Amino acid sequence: MAIEVHDVSKRFGDFVALDDVCIRVNDGALTALLGPSGSGKSTLLRIIAGLESPDSGEVRIGEEIVTDAPARTRDVGFVFQHYAPFKHMTVHENVAFGLAVRKRPKAEIRARVSELLGLVRLDGLAERYPSQLSGGQLQRMALARALAVQPRVLLLDEPFGALDAQVRAELREWLRRLHEEIHVTTIFVTHDQEEAMALAEQIVVMNKGRIEQAGTPRELYESSRNEFVMSFIGPVNRLGEASFLRPHDIQILPSAAGEGTEALIERVVHLGFEVRVELKLHDGRDVWAQVTRESAQELELQEGQILAVRLPEPRVFA
Amino acid sequence: MSFSRLGLRTVALGYLALLLLAPVAMIFYRTFEHGIAPVWDAVTAPNAVHAFWLSIEIVVIAVPLNTAFGVGMALLLERGSFKGKALLSTLVDLPFAISPVVVGLALVLVYGKTGWFGDWLIGHGIQVIFSVPGMVLATAVVSLPFVVRETAPVLRELGTDAEQAAATLGAGAWLTFRRITLPAIRWGIVYGVVLTTARALGEFGAVSVVSGRIEGQTQTLPLYVQGQFENFNITGAYASAVVLALLALATLVAMNLLTRRTPARESALTTP
Repeated sequence: MAIEVHDVSKRFGDFVALDDVCIRVNDGALTALLGPSGSGKSTLLRIIAGLESPDSGEVRIGEEIVTDAPARTRDVGFVFQHYAPFKHMTVHENVAFGLAVRKRPKAEIRARVSELLGLVRLDGLAERYPSQLSGGQLQRMALARALAVQPRVLLLDEPFGALDAQVRAELREWLRRLHEEIHVTTIFVTHDQEEAMALAEQIVVMNKGRIEQAGTPRELYESSRNEFVMSFIGPVNRLGEASFLRPHDIQILPSAAGEGTEALIERVVHLGFEVRVELKLHDGRDVWAQVTRESAQELELQEGQILAVRLPEPRVFA
Repeated sequence: MSFSRLGLRTVALGYLALLLLAPVAMIFYRTFEHGIAPVWDAVTAPNAVHAFWLSIEIVVIAVPLNTAFGVGMALLLERGSFKGKALLSTLVDLPFAISPVVVGLALVLVYGKTGWFGDWLIGHGIQVIFSVPGMVLATAVVSLPFVVRETAPVLRELGTDAEQAAATLGAGAWLTFRRITLPAIRWGIVYGVVLTTARALGEFGAVSVVSGRIEGQTQTLPLYVQGQFENFNITGAYASAVVLALLALATLVAMNLLTRRTPARESALTTP
């Protein structure tokens, strides 16, 4: 089901959490709300779920205006940042909760819960209590609980924020496959641009309660509308007041070329496939370039070496 | 063990022994000094039996009232947002701050014959002061804050995430309270109820003022103990005091057993 947010504003006392925000999420899409903390992304998600009410504006799910509808009537699945498990209930009871509230027959509930536990790979843990699960397992239980009632949309607040790096990458991949399988309209909140790029079909970049830009990961990376988006999505070099250059656009020339700008290599950092080269240009500006392991070897880059680089036209934002 | 910790332990235990253990042990000793028979006679005297059941009656009315009020007030203080919340929170503690005797006098001023509601109440044939309703009121007032104060921190600690999760899953306010909030705060409530019961059983000052202390009519167990003591019936006083102490002990044990009934769920609750 599509989600539309029109001119939504929200204040908490003097703090403006959302300032005239509009977004549109297509039916079945996987969308990321990306921004630093305090950018209003979680507030927007909670307003869509009905856990906060906007001061002004309108929220639609499908064709229905839900702005004033309480959360329990909105049919949204919500996964909380810290999973909000019902600690006194087993995994089975947690997942069954929404169905029990809807007074579905016992046999149907049992069948649906075991199907979902299979889907989130928690079979065999049905009788455990949340305190006996790991973070990743809790996360998947919360997801199964939200999906049990077949929500119109699925909302996830920092879904991988509290997990360690390896589990995070695994769950991210798994969530993407799950989404391909069940195709429910999904919005997730994150402050991690890599996570947003890896997972989302559409990214909405937020900052200080406003939307900076919305688009596909590629659009945002290649045609950032402003300074904030450019520096939030991917690494940048700041050349002047408002002129930016991606590190991989800086070309290091073979010493024989005899053209380009002179630069001193201050540091070479090997990160595996990627090599980071920190440079001081002849006019004193510091930049860094991103090259592959192969080209670093070919160019025989050494700290203290002076060589030539070619700088393409930087992106300049007015 | 270091010397200073040993010293600290001695002081703590000594303090407890001097203030609590020795006097209570002394009461038990003096009660049973001459065997069981005189004690049995004393506690089965009609007025003693009446006082016993009156105390139970008051507890059975006042404690559920304060439990319902306490849980409601805790929810209001922790989940509501309104002006004057801090003031309300302070008001809840007032019964702890005021002397029970003053509470009793205040009730007489409001509900007594010459009090604000006195005429109206007597006109409708309801006697509050010098009667059981007044004693229930006095007991309820002095034991009012316990459930609120034991439940509110648990609610705060619990947070609202689970309640909001229940809402997104379609649960209404009452269902969420019953299935999600109540199970999570029940140990807080149980502890509040234990303290309320203990306080209600032992209340002397406020009840003494509003009861008129009519033997065999408005004498609770603590009032009866005091009455026997004043009449130099030492055995009667000690025997009833022991009954009172055993009642309090029984409350603690009963609650302890209740909280042990579902060990798996308890551990699931207490570990984060």
